[in-house]
Amino acid sequence: MSYTGQFRVWRGDADGGALADFRVEVNEGEVVLDVLHRLQATQAPDLAVRWNCKAGKCGSCSAEINGKPRLLCMTRMSVFEHDEVVTVTPMRTFPVIRDLVTDVSYNYTKAREIPSFTPPAGLAPGEYRMGQADVGRSQEFRKCIECFLCQDTCHVVRDHEENKESFAGPRFLMRIAELEMHPLDVADRVSAAQDEHGLGRCNITKCCTDVCPEGIKITDNALIPMKERVADRRYDPLVWLGRTISRRRD
Amino acid sequence: MTDTERHEYDVLVIGAGGAGLRAAIEAAEHGLRTAIVCKSLFGKAHTVMAEGGCAAAMGNVNENDSWQVHFRDTMRGGKFLNNWRMAELHAKEAPDRVWELETYGALFDRTKDGRISQRHFGGHSYARLAHVGDRTGLELIRTLQQRIVALQQEDYAETGDYEARLRVFAECTVTELLTEGGAIAGALGYWRESGRLLVFSAPAVVLATGGIGKSFQVTSNSWEYTGDGHALALRAGAELIDMEFVQFHPTGMVWPPSVKGILVTEGVRGDGGVLKNADGKRFMFDYVPAVFKGQYAESEEEADRWYADQENNRRTPDLLPRDEVARAINTEVKEGRGSPHGGVYLDIASRMKPEEIKRRLPSMYHQFKELADVDITAEPMEVGPTCHYVMGGIHVDPDTGQSRVPGLFAAGECAGGMHGSNRLGGNSLSDLLVFGRRAGLGAADYVAGLGRRPVVRDAEIDAAAEMTLAPFAPTAPGVASENPYTLHAELQRMMNDLVGIIRTEAEMAAALDRLGELRERLHDVVVEGHRQYNPGWHLALDLRNMLMVSEAVAASALMRTESRGGHTREDHPGLDPQWRHRVLRSRCPRGPGDDAVVPRVVVEPAERVPMREDLLALFDVAELEKYYTTPELAGHPAGHSAGSPQGGTA
Repeated sequence: MSYTGQFRVWRGDADGGALADFRVEVNEGEVVLDVLHRLQATQAPDLAVRWNCKAGKCGSCSAEINGKPRLLCMTRMSVFEHDEVVTVTPMRTFPVIRDLVTDVSYNYTKAREIPSFTPPAGLAPGEYRMGQADVGRSQEFRKCIECFLCQDTCHVVRDHEENKESFAGPRFLMRIAELEMHPLDVADRVSAAQDEHGLGRCNITKCCTDVCPEGIKITDNALIPMKERVADRRYDPLVWLGRTISRRRD
Repeated sequence: MTDTERHEYDVLVIGAGGAGLRAAIEAAEHGLRTAIVCKSLFGKAHTVMAEGGCAAAMGNVNENDSWQVHFRDTMRGGKFLNNWRMAELHAKEAPDRVWELETYGALFDRTKDGRISQRHFGGHSYARLAHVGDRTGLELIRTLQQRIVALQQEDYAETGDYEARLRVFAECTVTELLTEGGAIAGALGYWRESGRLLVFSAPAVVLATGGIGKSFQVTSNSWEYTGDGHALALRAGAELIDMEFVQFHPTGMVWPPSVKGILVTEGVRGDGGVLKNADGKRFMFDYVPAVFKGQYAESEEEADRWYADQENNRRTPDLLPRDEVARAINTEVKEGRGSPHGGVYLDIASRMKPEEIKRRLPSMYHQFKELADVDITAEPMEVGPTCHYVMGGIHVDPDTGQSRVPGLFAAGECAGGMHGSNRLGGNSLSDLLVFGRRAGLGAADYVAGLGRRPVVRDAEIDAAAEMTLAPFAPTAPGVASENPYTLHAELQRMMNDLVGIIRTEAEMAAALDRLGELRERLHDVVVEGHRQYNPGWHLALDLRNMLMVSEAVAASALMRTESRGGHTREDHPGLDPQWRHRVLRSRCPRGPGDDAVVPRVVVEPAERVPMREDLLALFDVAELEKYYTTPELAGHPAGHSAGSPQGGTA
């Protein structure tokens, strides 16, 4: 069941690089990461690939396979024809370090800018009570393995370095939604989502949802509801009237 | 002197899984400047792969649960080899550690009355595991990661710098601990990204590096699990204990070959899944060992009734501790009753509605669908044993986590003692939290009590730097160079074949010989390319650690002439009470002429500290007699009647 597969892997660093062609053994049941490991062991010992669990749980081995953002460990070779050239390139939205490894520090910077979970004052550990139906919504978002494929594919920052400053990206806008929907979080996150984290730049093309290896409905369940909350607060005429009146009284 | 980047901290935590992060949180909350060093990106550590849950006797599902019951279950699971003080602290403190996670933002699955739901698991008397579907480890690590970020945000608000007091050094590997006068002074490591070296000065180091599974071919462990903490501790002068005890999880995937070993959570069985052989027989009923007789159901009908009525029925033997189930599967396959790909069947499809399976076990559904093309809601899974966890580890003080090296602390899987000869499922995540916190606290107290801080000496930096860069040096003229990938593959195959689930004296001796050869060949490893993100170099350095730890495992396994928990000797199949009170300690004597790359490990027996009487009294004498020698039970309130008909005390 083995055959010789044709691989084209981007090799290089921050100063530039090119696609390198390889012919390499492929066995039944393998995933793309297995084949890259075989390349390391037999032909390219210094080929840089970031990976960790090889079970789709840690989100380390993100890259682009034939142009599509994917996890290397969850892409089975059986989805390709035997004579098909498999092209593996690093995530395009992040600066290259070496070969398939990119600098994903943008994501850790954005993570720090989202205010943390804020429980109600005076609620002691062990006294938290929440219904399953109420935690379910945020639990969906907490399935996120932080592979950053959604960040990679999002056209707001893909090829638009200048937008990174003002845009948290789908992963961290979803984090805001997760906290906003947490049954016991008391912080107000709606205005900041729009003003500080760039929610308004998202025009719900659902590219993030398409590439999510966990199948999280990022757009429908996190981003659109957040947009609705912003709209309710900012543009609902009754809310606007109420706020204007209370401001006059002050 | 080597020109390197220098950093000064109060506490250096090596490893960013559950134990490391919890230790760092504790140290930082005590006002100490704390660094976390991790080989991978922040939030990717192996904890992320824990599936089933975190054991804590909160009593949310069954109010009969208590720390005493949890303590007893843990000691039984470990076949009474556990450090009883650790098992006591663990059982008492686990609920607080879980509740604390909720204050950090964790969202566990809930009971109907809104509390944390708990699930059944092997060896636990009651439903005890706090969980989030089958991705509990992800929830735990993300929660702790976000707590670290919250602390950094507090520092930012105060100082304008997120990293003023707490910094994560991601994709950074420590290769050597630095000491002065036998006490911890710091550490040397390298950045994966650039290959540049860096030196930490810190009077306290907390090792939280996890396990050793990457020395075995079939394993559920990620690449990071190369025994770094175990080996760093040995080289710094600390001792390891119980290294012969390696847990083979009974249910790993067996097909396709490239995913062989990937974990299938015990939660499948906890939630109703059963093991069957090729004849469709539920074979676990034939494998209840003498020490557990009477504690498990004896018919399929009783086992099935137990899920609904636990007061009047006993649990299914599918939920025996992991060592028992792994051995049973091994026997079924060996005797020709296995599945086509050399495993047995794990069936949940015939026992639960598809929607319910997808809701309770979403990762398992996904994993089998994506990697094996198997729909677990419609057909059984094929599973077999996989190297999963090492019970052995760094010998530490139970209360503070300190090793015998002043300033060197350890917590989590790389620490030894807590789990005895076999860990119960679910006791790992709780272990990380309880002892991660304690090690952080221990380190904080140690630093506060220090008069003068040990100093990092230049000569030691130079030596550690030279060792770290050695794989780039060409071999002597005429000597062929070795490939680190080849060496690693050979080590994994050898450990799997010779030091696996079932062991013999001849195999252990052969393993030690092979390790000697591999040790020699490691000197001739030469890596290609340069220092920037070079996986061949990283592996060459990891191999030093894997070889040392593998020697500790094989030498301990050779010495222990009995079968218990994660150590089964075909030539000594029984449990031997004379071995229960003995512990095997591994250390690195570092004499003249020693191999500097992979120093030799020696193993020596010592006596275990006897259990405190009030804890011993929590067990029936009749049960203890299965494990203990008669003189040892003299301290038991009913000890004098040991063996007599009225021996069974309440």
